[in-house]
Amino acid sequence: MSLDAATVRRIASLARIRLEEDEVGRMQAELNGILGWIEQLQAVDTEGVEPMAGGAPEGQPAMRMREDAVTDGGQADAVLANAPDRMGAYFGVPKVVE
Amino acid sequence: MRLTDHTLRSALDALNAGETTSVALTEAFLEGIARLNPRLNAFITVSADQALEAAKASDARRAVGKAGPLEGAPLAIKDLFCTAGTQTTAGSAILGGFVPPYESTVTKNLLRDGAVFLGKVNLDEFAMGSSNKTSAYGAVENPWSRANDPDTRLVPGGSSGGSAAAVAAHLALGATATDTGGSIRQPAAFCGIAGIKPTYGRCSRFGIVAFASSLDQAGPVARTVEDCAILLRSMAGFDPRDATSADLPVPDFAAACARPVKGLRIGVPREYRLDGMAPEIEALWRQGLDWLVQQGATLVDISLPHTKYALPTYYVVAPAEASSNLARYDGVRFGLRETAQNSDLRDLYERTRAKGFGAEVQRRIMIGTYVLSAGYYDAYYLKAQKVRALIRRDFEQAWGQVDAIVTPATPSAAFGMDEKQDDPVTMYLNDVFTVTANLAGLPGIAVPAGLDAQGLPLGLQVIGKPWDEETCFSVGAAIERAANFTAVPGIRA
Amino acid sequence: MSYTIEGNTGPWELVIGLEVHAQVISHSKLFSGAATAFGAEPNSQVSFIDAGFPGMLPVINRECVAQAVRTGLGLNAEINLWSRFDRKNYFYADLPQGYQISQYAHPIVGKGEIEIELADGAKKIVGITRLHLEQDAGKSLHDQHPTKSFIDLNRSGVALMEIVSEPDMRSPEEAGAYLTKLRQILRYLGTCDGNMDEGSMRADVNVSVRKAGEGYRTRCEVKNVNSVKFVMQAVEAEARRQIEVWESGGTVEQETRLFDTQRGTTRSMRSKEDAHDYRYFPEPDLPPLVLEPDWVEQLKASLPELPDVRRARYVAMGLTPYDAHVLTLEKETAAFFETVAKGRDAKQAANWVTGDFFAALNRLKRDITDPPVTAENLGGLLDLIADGTVSGKLAKEIFEIMIETGKAPGVIVEERGLKQVTDTGAIEAAVADVLAKNADKVAEYKSGKDKLFGFFVGQTMKAMQGKGNPALVNEVVKKLLG
Repeated sequence: MSLDAATVRRIASLARIRLEEDEVGRMQAELNGILGWIEQLQAVDTEGVEPMAGGAPEGQPAMRMREDAVTDGGQADAVLANAPDRMGAYFGVPKVVE
Repeated sequence: MRLTDHTLRSALDALNAGETTSVALTEAFLEGIARLNPRLNAFITVSADQALEAAKASDARRAVGKAGPLEGAPLAIKDLFCTAGTQTTAGSAILGGFVPPYESTVTKNLLRDGAVFLGKVNLDEFAMGSSNKTSAYGAVENPWSRANDPDTRLVPGGSSGGSAAAVAAHLALGATATDTGGSIRQPAAFCGIAGIKPTYGRCSRFGIVAFASSLDQAGPVARTVEDCAILLRSMAGFDPRDATSADLPVPDFAAACARPVKGLRIGVPREYRLDGMAPEIEALWRQGLDWLVQQGATLVDISLPHTKYALPTYYVVAPAEASSNLARYDGVRFGLRETAQNSDLRDLYERTRAKGFGAEVQRRIMIGTYVLSAGYYDAYYLKAQKVRALIRRDFEQAWGQVDAIVTPATPSAAFGMDEKQDDPVTMYLNDVFTVTANLAGLPGIAVPAGLDAQGLPLGLQVIGKPWDEETCFSVGAAIERAANFTAVPGIRA
Repeated sequence: MSYTIEGNTGPWELVIGLEVHAQVISHSKLFSGAATAFGAEPNSQVSFIDAGFPGMLPVINRECVAQAVRTGLGLNAEINLWSRFDRKNYFYADLPQGYQISQYAHPIVGKGEIEIELADGAKKIVGITRLHLEQDAGKSLHDQHPTKSFIDLNRSGVALMEIVSEPDMRSPEEAGAYLTKLRQILRYLGTCDGNMDEGSMRADVNVSVRKAGEGYRTRCEVKNVNSVKFVMQAVEAEARRQIEVWESGGTVEQETRLFDTQRGTTRSMRSKEDAHDYRYFPEPDLPPLVLEPDWVEQLKASLPELPDVRRARYVAMGLTPYDAHVLTLEKETAAFFETVAKGRDAKQAANWVTGDFFAALNRLKRDITDPPVTAENLGGLLDLIADGTVSGKLAKEIFEIMIETGKAPGVIVEERGLKQVTDTGAIEAAVADVLAKNADKVAEYKSGKDKLFGFFVGQTMKAMQGKGNPALVNEVVKKLLG
C-alpha cells in the first residue's frame, strides 16, 4: 500500500499537524519508505493468533479496582498553572462554533 | 581517588564509612557538570541549588542514623520523569516551560531512599530516537571518541542519551532512563556503561511522560551491573496508580549479582546472527559466551523464528500508541501554544503541533494515525499485535530450554553525529537486538564487554524470563567480571 | 394500526433507536479520585488525570463497575465477565487526553430488554443492544467572552453508561416511553439520578424512515437531546425532514445532527467532520476488566425492587392498577407511599397519597422530595382515623393544618381539642338540646318528613364543632326520635 498526497494531507489533518503544501512530498516519501518496510509483516502467517494487547509478558492480569472515594481535585490553581491562556478559573481557547 | 570516579557502590560505602559526605559528592559532580556540560549537553536542567540543599538534608539524616539505601547519592534524572516543581520537557519544544505539580513514582521512590537529584538529562524528543539528536534541546555528545579519529563527535545513542553520557562522563553516580525499544540498553552500550530494562510492570509508569504505553519501562543506567541492581531495587515496586504495575515483591537484585552462573543454560538465538553483521560484534558475542562457559554455564542453540519481524512490528505498535498518547499536547492546558491571527481551535491545534513537535515525532504520529485509521487497522495494527503475540510465544517456547539469552546489545558501536541520517529506517535498525524484549515484556540488561578496533565500547545483552531480573544480573555480572572493562572515555569529570 | 407519517407518496414508517448516556452515581470519577458533584466551582473537581497531564494514568473505580453491572442486571441483560476498554481518538476542546476511554469491541453488558407501556395500554419489548462504561468530556462555555470559549473540566472523567437500544421503536410515543421507562429503572436501581436538566441523562436519537415492508434506509443521529419531550419532537422533526428529502428525489446522508429546541427542527453538525474515524484501539494503560461471578451474584442479590415488580405488588395489595402505576412512577413517591401504608390499610393510604397529598403537591408546587407533610405524619393521621379519634371529614381539616404548621396530627388534635367525642352521654345531651330547640321540626318529622333526619344529625355535629362520632350521633338521633 502506498500513500498518495491526498491521504498524507488527510492523515495530517486527522493528527492535527499543520502540513505546508511544500512539505507534503517529503512527508509522503518518508512515510512510504517506512510503510514499505513494514509491509513485510504481511508475510507472517497469523491465522488463529490472538492479538497481544498490553505489554505484560505473561498475558494481562485482571484489572485492579480502586475504592470509590474522593481523594483528588480541589486544586484548580495547580491545574490551571501551566495554561498558555488561563481565563480566570477556566482554560481559554478560540471560540468554538458547534 | 577523585570523588567523581566513585561507582554508586563505592560511594555509598564511603558515605557509610564517613569518608565523604553527600555535599562533597554533590559539589564534585556539580563542578564536573559546570565544566563539561557546555560541551556534552547531557543536562537540560541543572538543579544545583536544590541538589546542594538535598545533599545537606541527606547528610543531616545520616548524622541521626536515618540513612536510606541510596542516602546521599547524586543521580541524574531523564527529563521524561515528571519532577514536582522542576521543569520537565520530554526533550520537546511542545513541553517548553512545563513544570509538573507532581512527582513520578520512580523518582519519588528514589527520593524516599535518600537520593539527591543533580538535574534533568537530555533525551530524544518524547524518547523517540536512537541518537539523542531529535531533542529540541540540542544533541548530546558521547564522551567517548574514536582513537584514530578523535575529532568526529559521536552520538551517545538514544533515547536515554543524556542519562548514558552523564554517567559515562562521571557527571552522576547513576541515572534514571526509560526503554521502549532499546532506549536504555543501546545508549548504555554506546557509552560503555550498564543499563537494565526490567520486566514490563516492574517499575511504575506513573508520572513518566508516555511514548508507547505497552512498551515503555523505566530502568537505571550506571557504571556497573551491581550499581544498576541497587538503583533498580529502589526504583521498582508495586504502584496502585499504574494499573499495569505488578503487585510483586522486589527482590534483592544486588545479591543476585554475586550469584554464580554455574549450571545456567544460556540460549544463543540463531536469528540474531544477522547477514553482514560486523565481525567485531560477532567476535564479542562469541567471547561473551566463552566467558560464561568458562564459569560453568552451558550454551544452547535456540530459535526465535519471528525475530526478523520484530522491528516492523514495533514500528506499527509504538507509533500507534504514541499518536494517541501525544494527542494531549494541544496548546490548551500546558506547554507551547502557536496561533496566527484569527486562528480557530483547529488551526491552533495544527500550528501548535507542527511547531512544537520535531520531524521524527511528527513522522511517528503520522504513521501511528495512519495504521489506526479506518480501513487500515486490521492490515497494520491488528496484524502487528498478532505478530507481537508470536514473538512473545517464541520466547515462551525458548524458556523451556534455557534460563537466559545472550545477544549483542547493538549492531555497531556509537556512530558519528552526521552519520546514518539518510533515512529513518536505517536509524530504526539500531534497535534490532533490543526491541524483542520490549515487545515480549521481558527484562534485558546491557553490559559493557569490550572495545572495538577504534577503541569504542561494545555491549552484550542478557534477556531474562518474565520477572527474572535476578538471572539477568547474575549473567551480566559474570560477563562484567570476565570482561574486566576498565576503559574510560576521554571526556570525564 | 401502527404509527405512520403521511407523505405525498403515502404513509411512511419510522425506525428509531436510542443511545442514552447516563451519568453513573458515584462519589469519584471513573478513572480518578476527583469528585463528581454537580455545580462545583470551575475546574475545582479535576485531577491531573482528568486534565490529561503528562504521565498520568487511569485507575478504575470499583463502584462505577458495580453500577454498570447493577444496571445490566436491571435491564435483564447479559453481564460480560470479560470486557475491555478502548481509546476513541478525536480532538476537541473539552477532551483533554485527545481520546475518550470507552468500551468499543467488548462492552461490560450485552443484550437485554425493556418492556414499555403505551397510552392505549399496549405493551412492547424494546431490545437493549449493549451497555458500556466510558468517560464524560468536560464542558465548553461559549457565552463568557466575545472571541473565546472557556473550558471547565469538572465533568471530565465522570463515569457514563452508554445504553444502546435496538432500532425497535416505531413512533415518537414509543421513543418517549422507552426513555421514560429507562430513566425510571435507573433511578430505582440508584445507578443514575436521571436528572436531565443537569445533563445526567442525554439521548442520541437514531432515526430513519421507510415504506412498509422495506429494509432499513439510511439513518441520521440527532445528538444530545435532553428531555423526553424533546426526544419525541426530535424524532418527528427528523422523520419529516427525511421524508421530504426522499420524496423530493434526494438521498438521506448518514450524518450527525442537532435538535434546535427553539425552531423544533434538526440541523447538520458540520463540526464533527472527522467523526467517522475514531481510530479505536485497546487502551494499553488498562488490563482487561474481569468480573468475579460471585461478585456479580452478590450485586444481583442486593438489587432493589424494580418498578414493574413493585407495581404488581401494589395491585396485589388491593390498589387499583392506576394508583399502582402512579405511585411507582418515581421511586421517591413509592417510598413515600410505602411509609404511609406500612402497617395500615393500603387502599386508604393510596387514596390519601394520590388524593389530598398529590393535590397539595400540585397546589403548592412542591416536589415529593420536599413534601409539605411527611409520610410519617400522614400515616399518623390515618391512625387517628382508624382508631376513631377523628372522623374522615375532620381529618381533611387536620391535614390542611398539618400543611400550614408542619405539626404532627396528634399534636394538632391535642392543641385544638379536635378529638372526636364518643361519650354517649355527651352526644345524648347535645341531641336532646337540638331536638328541644327544634320542636316544630320534630313534629314535622314525626308526621312523616323523614328527610329531616339529616337535619338533626347536621345540627348536632355543628353544635359539637364536628367532633361528634358520626355513627354514634346517627344512632342517638334515631333513638331519641324513636
